[in-house]
Amino acid sequence: MSDIWLVLGGTLTGAVGPGISVLYATYGELITERAGRINLGTEGSMLMGACFGFMATAETGSATVGVFAGMAAGSGLSLILAYLVIYRDTNQLATGFALTLFGAGITAYAGRGYVDSTIGGLNPIAIPLLSEIPKLGEALFQQDILAYIAYGLGPLLFVGLHYTRTGLSLKAVGESISVAYAAGRNPRVIQIAAIAAGGALAGLGGAQLSLGLTHTWSEGMTVGRGFIAVGLVIFAMWSPLRAMVGAFLFGGAIGLQLQLQTVGAPVSPFILDMLPYLIILFVMALWSRASARAMPEGLKGVLRANT
Amino acid sequence: MYNRIKNLSLFSSLFTRSSRILIGALMLVAVLALAACSSDPTAAPTSTSAPQPTESSPGSDSGSVTATSPSSADLAGGSTEVFLQGFEDAAAGSPFRSTSEFAAAAKPLPAGEKLKIGFIFVGSQKDLGYNQAAAEGSQYLERVFDDIEILRSENIPETADVQAVEEQMIRDGASIIFATSFGYSGPTKEIIEKHPDVMFLHMGDVEAFENYGAFFGNIWQLEYAAGQVAGATSKTGKLGFIAAFPIPQTLLNVNAFHLGAQSVNPDVETTFVLTSSWCDPAKQATAVQAMVDADIDVLTQHQDCTKTIVEAAERAGIFVSGYHQDASPAAPNAWLTGAAWNWGPVYAEIVAEIRKGTYKSSVMFQGLDAGWVQLSPFGDFLDADVKQTALDTVESLRTGSFKPFTGPIKDQDGAIQIADGVVPTDAELQGTGYLLEGITGRTN
Repeated sequence: MSDIWLVLGGTLTGAVGPGISVLYATYGELITERAGRINLGTEGSMLMGACFGFMATAETGSATVGVFAGMAAGSGLSLILAYLVIYRDTNQLATGFALTLFGAGITAYAGRGYVDSTIGGLNPIAIPLLSEIPKLGEALFQQDILAYIAYGLGPLLFVGLHYTRTGLSLKAVGESISVAYAAGRNPRVIQIAAIAAGGALAGLGGAQLSLGLTHTWSEGMTVGRGFIAVGLVIFAMWSPLRAMVGAFLFGGAIGLQLQLQTVGAPVSPFILDMLPYLIILFVMALWSRASARAMPEGLKGVLRANT
Repeated sequence: MYNRIKNLSLFSSLFTRSSRILIGALMLVAVLALAACSSDPTAAPTSTSAPQPTESSPGSDSGSVTATSPSSADLAGGSTEVFLQGFEDAAAGSPFRSTSEFAAAAKPLPAGEKLKIGFIFVGSQKDLGYNQAAAEGSQYLERVFDDIEILRSENIPETADVQAVEEQMIRDGASIIFATSFGYSGPTKEIIEKHPDVMFLHMGDVEAFENYGAFFGNIWQLEYAAGQVAGATSKTGKLGFIAAFPIPQTLLNVNAFHLGAQSVNPDVETTFVLTSSWCDPAKQATAVQAMVDADIDVLTQHQDCTKTIVEAAERAGIFVSGYHQDASPAAPNAWLTGAAWNWGPVYAEIVAEIRKGTYKSSVMFQGLDAGWVQLSPFGDFLDADVKQTALDTVESLRTGSFKPFTGPIKDQDGAIQIADGVVPTDAELQGTGYLLEGITGRTN
């Protein structure tokens, strides 16, 4: 019985641990895709955020500076994508992928001297009362500030997308550029802003990874989680609230498999290692029809060949 | 409909001239950036140290080829005689020709030229771990030889990428290449026949070829001693071991760590968790939390980058035993001790023998007695008797009077793996494929 509680706690810890950085990247990609663009450079933006956030923190001693540096770095990389796909009309998938490689290269080079740096970083803040709930409170409410912001950002984005003028403009651009244009919006400006915001959020996710969760910079430390974020947006059917579910499921699966190993569960760790990916694939297959309906029109040309 | 056509044209726009140029340029920049980071000779100071007079053995008559014969200080307490004897024995038992007959490195250097030696690392040279230990070994080479140049390449994955790096190093003139990561063995062995005059050295392989020698240290000896410190320190009696993959080296380490802990606390339990990555800091941090939740209060690891786990243990208020490299400054309140490498003299002796033409490919395993491995400094807060126990163990392992893996040794299922009274050889130990009784975890 105690093992079950332990595994449950481990799952929650994992959900918030590796989950938060993926959640930020998912939010970012979601905003970008809602505006009708897809950014496969999310992985690169995460790495930029992790690396430059860590470097700025190591240099200044302030994690706050690091967080903003990470956002700026992530945003900067995505602006290259914005220029290329919007003004030069390049292929979005190829450009995004190239930018991920570019981000990986730049950060490996720039971060070389910081691999062994020790930083104060972001430290957990326990929320009074809530943090005393057994297991749940420990996992969810003894986290760094970026985790709490991430909890709030989901509902905020939901309201923003569906009930504000800005959000509606963004969605309109994603559905039909010409209609949005006819309605007096400037689709280019909106798409650039969405891509920049998306990159900033991915960078924030990266910064959470290096400053909050691990207090470490190491080359390629996102190990593909930026691409997971792209997948999670589809999984979440472009809804910020479901994005939270997706990212926490992904992180939770990592926590689950590590904690299952500590209790000696009779399952191969290699099978367990596939869990996060299997869960995502399974849910995507399950909801594929609904997902197709929810997809912004502007993405269909890029993501679907047979509509 | 218009949208449909426009979107489809996005794909074909890939083939318009301006986009093609742009994407090409972008790819080029990405490739350049990657190349800049991977082939990076400036990452560590190359020959910054003043060429110091090297210790030449009395018989050495060649000015350029310096024999090493490291002092006992360099050997971390090991004996110079045992150290050199190990190399002699390895050469005597080798079925291959000596390097004088084929290796470019054994030929005299043209005047003014330097002997180029390539080092390839799977991670960062400053990872406070495996790669840093190897990188420091390569810096030792620069200190003892004044006529060599080291080519370094870090963060090279264990794929065909390593072949590309090796080929590039050979084009750049390298005649000796150290492939320092376990997973480099496969790709490297595929190209050794293509370069019969280049000497490849691999760390951890269990087979050798004429121009492909392998060696590794018996670091498990220190895992045993560190396990004793861990077992004596733990209040909960639960230890944690965070590993990457269940390869024989790792299984041997966790078994030794557990045996050591058991020798001071018979009821101790060790939990073995795999992250399936040599360096995934997010998973490492999560694994530390999982262990803290499971009441584990001392942990150690077999990962390439060790910093995240060491620091996470410090923040969580538990204890940590190091691996690969002394990382005690990162965790003043958590650091117990650790198992560490001492590669410098080993590399130096191999290089000296290759140059003299006396090296013959072999598979070498050496330990404390030859000074290949060492115990990391103790945490300040440890009791004197705990430290003394570990030091006594190190001493008895060094002299060979104590063999921890003497049978009977039972695995997790209670099956006898080493029969009563049997003492396994180094090679048998390096082939360990099981976890001991008392360890929670899986090997597959």
